[in-house]
Amino acid sequence: MSILVFIEHKDCVLNKASLEAVAAAQSIAKDTGLKVTAVIPCSKDCSLAQEISQYNLDKVIVAKNDKLNIYTPDGYADAWEQIIKQTNAQYVVMAHTYQVRDFAPKVAARFGKEIVGDCIRYTNNGGKLTFTRRIFLGKLDADVTIEGGAPYFVTFQSGSFRGDNAEKGSAQTETVEVDVKELRMTPEEPFQEAKASVDLTKSGIIVAVGRGIKSQENIAVAQALADALGADLAASRPICDAEWLPIDRQIGSSGQTVAPKVYIALGISGAIQHTVGMKNAGTIVAVNKDAEAPIFDIADYGIVGDLFEVVPTLVEEIKKAKS
Amino acid sequence: MKIIVLMKQVANKDAILRIGKDEKWIDESDISHQTNESDGYALEEALRLKEAKGEGEVIVCTLGAASAKTVLKDALARGADRGIHIIVNEPNKLSPFQIAKTIADAIGEESADLIFTGLQSDDASYGQTGVILAELLGIPHATIVIDLDRSSLGESLRLKRELESGWYQWFTYKLPALLTIQSGISQIRYASLKGIMAAKKKEIRDVTPGVEDYASAQKIEKVYLPLKTKQTQMLGDGDAKKGALELVEKLKTEVRVL
Repeated sequence: MSILVFIEHKDCVLNKASLEAVAAAQSIAKDTGLKVTAVIPCSKDCSLAQEISQYNLDKVIVAKNDKLNIYTPDGYADAWEQIIKQTNAQYVVMAHTYQVRDFAPKVAARFGKEIVGDCIRYTNNGGKLTFTRRIFLGKLDADVTIEGGAPYFVTFQSGSFRGDNAEKGSAQTETVEVDVKELRMTPEEPFQEAKASVDLTKSGIIVAVGRGIKSQENIAVAQALADALGADLAASRPICDAEWLPIDRQIGSSGQTVAPKVYIALGISGAIQHTVGMKNAGTIVAVNKDAEAPIFDIADYGIVGDLFEVVPTLVEEIKKAKS
Repeated sequence: MKIIVLMKQVANKDAILRIGKDEKWIDESDISHQTNESDGYALEEALRLKEAKGEGEVIVCTLGAASAKTVLKDALARGADRGIHIIVNEPNKLSPFQIAKTIADAIGEESADLIFTGLQSDDASYGQTGVILAELLGIPHATIVIDLDRSSLGESLRLKRELESGWYQWFTYKLPALLTIQSGISQIRYASLKGIMAAKKKEIRDVTPGVEDYASAQKIEKVYLPLKTKQTQMLGDGDAKKGALELVEKLKTEVRVL
């Protein structure tokens, strides 16, 4: 019996989120006495296997089939089903990436299971694991246990474990030829939409706006603050969906991930999809009229109040301070 | 062509959440509700696809308590053709596999060409009901769909999936298929007065399901406010202007960016 951990890659280049999953799996292994096997679906004798075998793992399995040269949910589900059966896996641990969100519930369903998804941590109560998920757009946490028998499927949110904490060691590598049935979808090559013209990852200070800005005209209010601070303007997803700011200004899971010295969040509630993109900022300032907004949980400085009252005063005082 | 759109009623985004007595969910007794955001986009995309095709039927389906009927009525007013209400009084007590199974039993006979859902709910955020449902129905799925090539619709459909960090990918899916739709795929229409009047004559079929026990459920033991990871200095005591003045002081003396 083992813990399987998914190694995500594109053309044998590692998605680093998988190392966080390795760290999570190693931690669960310590708590349960199980051993960890890494699984890499690939069409080749994957060059990534060598790199992954240098972690403290029992084994690295390359699940091999020509049809696994490019990701499809059907292909990955077939491969995973066989590996889970063959290894008699107790736990299947993955990083909660977009790709995992796509295929992991399908694999689980084949075993009559569901996934405990997007966990932020777990605790061990005498061998029984309790997983914590964030619900209601980050406003509440839920402690969750899993009933029934193995396999248990768990995915962890980005940042829940540190990839550089994954223990090194050495593991044997094994190739398992898997069957992949008909693929009911035909993938084209992934592409990047017109290269982001704004690289917010290099910004020192970011002023970001959320729903609280209310209208496109009001963007100017935030822009004035950005100008006063010499900051770049950014936004949460709803603002870019409404096309009030271009998509290359979007921070979060589907936009850019930033870690500026200072991040000022104006009228942003702090849903997970946004905070994963900015929680590593040096100093986080939040202005929101809702005192319960989850953004305050990760803020260093918080002001509960109307941003349209706060920001003009800020601009005025910053100009004074700078002159 | 038949498209089923799955929509869920969730707590209003701006609602103040109070934890229920049993500490296993929120107190929903006097909370305001809304349609789950990405489900609204799923409906919009279904309507646009039907319009592009020039024929077809859009069926909206929800699993929820009696109050969830407003989700269906709103969808019918926007242009859906008929509704299916799977009546479950405390849907939050069901785990995603149970929800998917219950929906599969209720809509399986419809033999839809396409099933659309939002990519996840804004309350429980399981993000897997659609995928499990597709597996139970034996049809392929695509998640986080951000565009459809409507002109490609035939035996198959070409669709664009959102990947991470600004990457995208087109896929062509054989139908029938289930798609989970990302927010922002297109601008959502409002219900017209004519639509609201027309909706009154549209059929809503109530289904009272027998929900099967499910041994492998994830069980919520306790819900609570997130533990603070940071010491947050709250500034201004609710006075916006005072908060701004204090913040500038902090930016000067502690953060040192001024």
